[in-house]
Amino acid sequence: MKVRKIEQVTGVLLDEESELSLSELCRACGVPAERILALVEEGVIEPRARKPRWRFSGICVGRVRRVYTLERDLGVNLAGAALALELLEEIERLQAQLARLEERRRR
Amino acid sequence: MEYKDYYKILGLERSVDQAEIKRAYRKLARKYHPDVSSEKDAEERFKEVNEAYEVLKDPEKRTAYDQLGSGFQSGQDFRPPPNWDQGFEFHGGGYTDTDSEAFSDFFESLFGRGGFNQGYGGRQRRQYSAQGENTYARIAIDLEDSYRGSSRQITLKHTVLGADGRPQLQERTLNVKIPKGITEGQQIRLAGQGEAGIGGGKAGDLYLEITFNPHRLYHTEGTTVYLDLPLAPWEMALGAKVQVPTPSGSLKVTIPANSDNGKKLRLKGRGIPAKQPGDMYIVLQTVTPKATTDTQREAYRQLSEAFDFNPRQSMGS
Repeated sequence: MKVRKIEQVTGVLLDEESELSLSELCRACGVPAERILALVEEGVIEPRARKPRWRFSGICVGRVRRVYTLERDLGVNLAGAALALELLEEIERLQAQLARLEERRRR
Repeated sequence: MEYKDYYKILGLERSVDQAEIKRAYRKLARKYHPDVSSEKDAEERFKEVNEAYEVLKDPEKRTAYDQLGSGFQSGQDFRPPPNWDQGFEFHGGGYTDTDSEAFSDFFESLFGRGGFNQGYGGRQRRQYSAQGENTYARIAIDLEDSYRGSSRQITLKHTVLGADGRPQLQERTLNVKIPKGITEGQQIRLAGQGEAGIGGGKAGDLYLEITFNPHRLYHTEGTTVYLDLPLAPWEMALGAKVQVPTPSGSLKVTIPANSDNGKKLRLKGRGIPAKQPGDMYIVLQTVTPKATTDTQREAYRQLSEAFDFNPRQSMGS
């Protein structure tokens, strides 16, 4: 294994404010446009603007990726992956809340 | 090279049928999928399970693997016997779209890597496109990093094509700038830091998803920051001026008289300094001291006399 010297890099922040076109989102997630359309139809992601062209918030990248890997790796269909994503997000939220409550009780 | 017991990895006897293998794989895949699992070594285990399944799900590969015999122990030093795969013909197309490049040397020595581009899904594009693939990673930063902006060193393992045209693993360390105001779940795109392109093609991009390390004092929801502030009962009742820590420095905050437990005080714009800066909320928490001396017990007795207070009123008793 070779180790190169450390590179300084600056990235682009994909936040709620940053907007991606359909093709940019496809490229970012490494999935074809039909997949994105199916995800919009399923309500997993919501374009911020539909006219004149679809614009997506940068936050969509993470959701698309997660649904895609769930489908690919676990053999679930889109609806199943979408449900899993929602449940996972709910679990994350509840776990964070639980951790806070336990922290509060310890004090 | 270490021998890998693929049956053991899937928790199976060598005699099981194909359906059993699939069932075991599906169960373990759900258990260790990095997006689903809370196990510490989920990612490692997930790769292992995938590699095992890659071989065992395919009757051809499974038979060839079984040929090696069961005399090996997991982790034992291993060299494939010469011409071990003679008489077996591996048909391409059996590879899943999992990250096959992450498979072990053991796997590679048996089944090679040549077939990988014959898979379906993402990998296939490589055959007629020279653009490198995007890669994805998750990094954990501290809340303070988002307030100040900072930089973070990350080490990535990349597969690159060597001079001999064979893929090899390369380790790279990058110093990534963490933009000020970043929140949990957001991504940073690093152009050209993904997988290298082939034949002079453009490299893919690297996407870093941000998570926050748990913080001793604060927790966040989007750009909003919360702090639990412990207060004595008399501070809640009489009001107080209290020094309060915030990620951007401590402040004097006025606690209004007769505040309820759990009341939230808003510090406008003191949340995460995104383009639309978030707010910070202080959540008031009453802490009741124990009475350990006579004077303290007397003070509580006086309280009970001064108040006509029934804390169980809502219970109807």
